[in-house]
Amino acid sequence: MNTQKPFLYFDNAATTPLHPKALDAMLPYFTERYGNPSGIYSIGRDAKKAINQAREQVATAIGANPTEIFFTGSGTEANNWAIKGVLEASREKGSHIITTQIEHHAVIYVCEELEKQAKSGGKPVEVTYLPVDSQGFVSADDLAAAIRPDTVLISIMWANNEIGTIQPIAKFAEIAHKNGVIFHTDAVQAVGHIPVSVQDSPINLLTISGHKFGAPKGVGALYIRKGTKIAALLNGGAQERNRRAGTENVASIVGMGAALEISMTEQESEFVRLTEMRDNLIDRIKTAIPKVTLNGATGKNRLPNNVNFSFDYIEGESILLLLDMNNCCASSGSACSSASLEPSHVIMALGADHEQAHSSIRFSLGRLSTYEEIDALMAILPKFIEQLRAMSPLAE
Amino acid sequence: MEYTEKVMDHFANPRNVGTIENASGVGTVGNAQCGDIMKVYLKIEDNIVEDAKFKTFGCGAAVATSSMATELIIGKTIDEALKITNKTVMDALGGLPPVKVHCSCLAEEALHAALWDYAEKHGITIDGLKPPEEVEH
Ligand SMILES: Cc1ncc(COP(=O)(O)O)c(C=O)c1O
Ligand SMILES: [Zn+2]
Repeated sequence: MNTQKPFLYFDNAATTPLHPKALDAMLPYFTERYGNPSGIYSIGRDAKKAINQAREQVATAIGANPTEIFFTGSGTEANNWAIKGVLEASREKGSHIITTQIEHHAVIYVCEELEKQAKSGGKPVEVTYLPVDSQGFVSADDLAAAIRPDTVLISIMWANNEIGTIQPIAKFAEIAHKNGVIFHTDAVQAVGHIPVSVQDSPINLLTISGHKFGAPKGVGALYIRKGTKIAALLNGGAQERNRRAGTENVASIVGMGAALEISMTEQESEFVRLTEMRDNLIDRIKTAIPKVTLNGATGKNRLPNNVNFSFDYIEGESILLLLDMNNCCASSGSACSSASLEPSHVIMALGADHEQAHSSIRFSLGRLSTYEEIDALMAILPKFIEQLRAMSPLAE
Repeated sequence: MEYTEKVMDHFANPRNVGTIENASGVGTVGNAQCGDIMKVYLKIEDNIVEDAKFKTFGCGAAVATSSMATELIIGKTIDEALKITNKTVMDALGGLPPVKVHCSCLAEEALHAALWDYAEKHGITIDGLKPPEEVEH
């Protein structure tokens, strides 16, 4: 089942299949090498060593020192930790946070929750959500203008998960640094896929999630530059040098190290291969289907694996259902099933109208993607779009 | 979230898609903000709904409920048609996931809006029928 592909998988930005070599590396830690890494005996030391090897693999991938890598239970946890931990440790200076309108919910909802708590009598916090332009870029001028004496954290994602726009992160980190503000970036969609380094710019905190590059789900990491003031999110045991309590998810951490190391050796060739494939899919959709809009940036400022289109007059879920009936997996910015009924905040932030946001579909490529898969997609997509448009009152 | 087989059938093979020329009544409900828009056309003769067609921009539940609602209304008297609620439509589809119940409300509203339009055009009052809410564009 692993070797053949029973379905067309275009949702690699949601998650990726586990890399077989990562699985091999993990397996012993489920069975004979089950020791608690805090144990003083041999199988405990063995597990500890495995974690530290993974720490080195992750550190190497982003140009960090291994002592600056802290494993977490997800990218979401790392984002929560960065935001809440910095806010908590910087109370004397202030409580103003700057982020953007296109962050993942794992940043936006954290900020909104803090604002809600502040309003109902909790500790104060103020959040500025920077706008983006029509391609999803944050402006350096907007960022500089938003900084105040009480700003304690700037959090801007490296690359957007829905539209693939890659921000000039080094520039933003410089601005933060010059103003003495801690800089965090959610690099979940970037790490492993495009060059990411904490050596090129004064980034303080950087979020990683394993399952976006062939590691298992439920493991992530926060890079914390030496000297960055941040409180712990989880209290308890002395794991991760007293900064992230909880017995380590040894097997998954090992899998994350292995998968990231493999991704780094393949990064350059995959970047070229996927960029070509991405542009091929973009061209073919534009050619085969009228009235489509590419959401996000083009060229090198777009993730090599991201394609996102709005298809005029039709709602995203209905496209996904037809694709699913043909064993094709993609995702949508429509939100008919979400409690708020609000469509993708990312597409809306580009200045699009509700209709365009509800009609957006993301196709994200990955290590196993092939041109045959794209051919198979293009054999069904245009007729589905036509079929749905024939049913749409907006197309009249 | 999972749809019943019946819902998927009505979504994939919707009945009564289209428009009716010189329809007796047309109703449009929903808006692009919430993501579902339904337009229902009715042909009414001698107090009987002779034909119904729809066009829908929306999710699977919106399409399936439009399809089922038009199926249910064809052949009914106006009084019977008025008794078709979102619950009738949902039950006929074997249920909907809780997050999708709001989509079925649109189907009921669309039928009522089309009946209202019919009543207005023909200068009659239909007991128990309320005017549809304004459609945002
Ligand atoms: C940009 C971004 N940030 C954070 C996350 C959350 O990561 P995780 O699924 O590991 O919690 C994701 C993935 O869902 C993401 O795409
Ligand atoms: Zn709906």
